[in-house]
Amino acid sequence: MTTLTRRYRFCASHRLHSEALSEAENQRVFGKCNNPYGHGHDYVLDVSLTGELNATTGLIVRLSDLDRLVKTEVLAAFAYRNLNQDVAEFTELVPTTENVALVIAARLSQCWRDYFPYSKARLSGISIQETDRNSFEILISNAVPLSVKTNESVIVNA
Amino acid sequence: MFITRKAEFSASHVCRVNSLSEQENFDLYGEESHPSGHGHNYVLEVTLEGDPDPVTGMVMDLKELKEILEREVIQPMDHRFLNFEVPPFDKVVPTTGNVAREIWRRLDAKLRGAHFHLAKVRLFEGPDLYVDVMKEAAA
Repeated sequence: MTTLTRRYRFCASHRLHSEALSEAENQRVFGKCNNPYGHGHDYVLDVSLTGELNATTGLIVRLSDLDRLVKTEVLAAFAYRNLNQDVAEFTELVPTTENVALVIAARLSQCWRDYFPYSKARLSGISIQETDRNSFEILISNAVPLSVKTNESVIVNA
Repeated sequence: MFITRKAEFSASHVCRVNSLSEQENFDLYGEESHPSGHGHNYVLEVTLEGDPDPVTGMVMDLKELKEILEREVIQPMDHRFLNFEVPPFDKVVPTTGNVAREIWRRLDAKLRGAHFHLAKVRLFEGPDLYVDVMKEAAA
């Protein structure tokens, strides 16, 4: 088994706030992350794919295709944006890094085959650092279908 | 228990398939296909899985592991042009995946003991790209 991991970076702002909670509850749950004007991070995104090395080319996939996938489906929508306002999934979903990871996994897996029609490689993991002190990782196993539904993700309970 | 030892080497390479055209090589490998070749500071992380020896308390003597990495990988590859100087890369394209696979091949038989075995080779081509070769691949 060979797994390739490519690192990408984007900066974005967000505010952790749930309409399901009162002002006081939002403050209690999210603390300074609930400050009304939001704040930003330099996110580091690691995308992992697993597959066979092609005997001739020595590649699992063309890196340019992986870059095009991540740039088109994620970075173009997330980088230099306010996640709450500018990324459709976060209209209602709180943009915690857990949820950002789930949304990115869903976006990548939904159109995976369009970018790699020649390869059986699969998305095997996503890891995001919100800062260099915290990171969030999703392992995507063989058994789990590629589509990850964002509406099944967990919103922080009060 | 897993233990990991890190080592570095710098080497040059070029990713090209000779039977393909210039354009086809560029489409596959991008700038990595430029015929002059270029270099990377590779970082190698070798992970063993095992149990501490009941007497020494060690999974494997790290001094010995360091010597094996040095002899099998670092000396042959450091400051070399992989395509010209390090077989099988005269015939096999030295992509990060293939270099990681070759390192696995060189180390797997040397890193087997009563209490441990090679579990993973992780090779960074740079800070933003790495390949893992794990036990299943060797079977």
